[in-house]
Amino acid sequence: MSTHFEVNGRPVDTAVEPRTTLADCLRQQLGLNGTHVGCEHGVCGACTVIVDGKAVRSCLLLAVQADGSKVTTVEGLAPGVGQLGPLQIAFKKHHALQCGFCTPGFLMTAHALLTDEPFADKARIREVLSGNVCRCTGYLAIMDAVLDAQRAYQKEEKAVP
Amino acid sequence: MKAPQFEYACPETINEAIRLLNAHQGGAKLIAGGQSLLPILAYRLAAPSLLVDVRKLPGLDSIKIGGDGVCLGAKVRWCDIEADGRLNRAHPLLKAAVAHIAHYQIRNRGTVGGSLAHADPAAELLGIAIACEAEIKIFGPAGERTVRADEFIVDALSTCLEFDELVVEMRLPSWPEGRRWAFEEFARRSGDFAIAGIALYFDQDGEGRACNSRVGVFGASRHPIRLPEAEAVLNGCVIDVATAARASRAAAQTVEPPDDIYASAQYRRALIEALTERALLRAASQ
Repeated sequence: MSTHFEVNGRPVDTAVEPRTTLADCLRQQLGLNGTHVGCEHGVCGACTVIVDGKAVRSCLLLAVQADGSKVTTVEGLAPGVGQLGPLQIAFKKHHALQCGFCTPGFLMTAHALLTDEPFADKARIREVLSGNVCRCTGYLAIMDAVLDAQRAYQKEEKAVP
Repeated sequence: MKAPQFEYACPETINEAIRLLNAHQGGAKLIAGGQSLLPILAYRLAAPSLLVDVRKLPGLDSIKIGGDGVCLGAKVRWCDIEADGRLNRAHPLLKAAVAHIAHYQIRNRGTVGGSLAHADPAAELLGIAIACEAEIKIFGPAGERTVRADEFIVDALSTCLEFDELVVEMRLPSWPEGRRWAFEEFARRSGDFAIAGIALYFDQDGEGRACNSRVGVFGASRHPIRLPEAEAVLNGCVIDVATAARASRAAAQTVEPPDDIYASAQYRRALIEALTERALLRAASQ
């Protein structure tokens, strides 16, 4: 079946089997290997992408269900070639990754959260990140990185009193 | 693992969805958010011949709040409930329960109708539906019917839905001002399936005695149930430490929890007692 959606601002039209997940479609059909597939049943969060502004697990979404939507993957996070977005800079600075397998999922989850809720408190960030599993870092460095990057998302808005 | 092969349809009317389900005589499954169905397919626990996507069906995605309570359309997502500020007053128990459902990414896609139809024993929404005596509106080839939550849930992962019916909406009766309530759930990690959970509320008469009590348990029995023995202890009493202890003992004695790899029956029974007591004392001190 054909499915048509937008990935990182670029329209794509691709033929998939109905059972193909969005994660597999991104990686295999569209060559966007930044999205990592971990558990394939919605537990680990590694495959998190943003669909119509919401962070979702791309292994729990069929590519045909994404028809007509706007998808952002980790490849869409950087402002330009050779550059890094604020979360990516902070992850590097705080050593918030070791093997890097889970990193795209953490980045997309944190990006969706901070875009939606730039003034999310520490408890909220921890709660949201609990949907992503990391087996190397122990999460403290990831929390530090997200808290550090948070300022970059607060520029446009005033703090909620 | 990868899901087995299936066909896919995305009808634009409810009648067409029903026709597709009916034509496949039980071989077809509805898909909404897919947050339970896709793991089932990935594990190959089911192999439907056709998935019927509800995403284009009209009129199922609103949260209506009125004199007759809160109506949640089948396509309402958990994140829609979280974002609806009206529900803080219109149904605080529902709001508290939804915060416990799975994780952020799952709450962005999982739906009311999907959770009801899947009927997981640990589903928070089913616990709320049972405790609050929700009504579920169903549509099928013969038209519309409405069933009570306790009629809707038949067993673990099993409902009264026929293969060619779909959930339209769930209505929670209206929530009076001043009602005392609490929601308690225990899972080993945030977002995991509940090992046991309690949703309860009571109203108070002029002398501060509890009346109209409801105690619902989920995750610790074959399907969510009310615990009338615990409710009977509460009604007519001021909820103090002694009453809470008696009611939570009654709750623990009423449930028949399963023994499984996550917890023994004995452990679940102890959890029910602790969670009920904690919930009652919190509700009483609001």
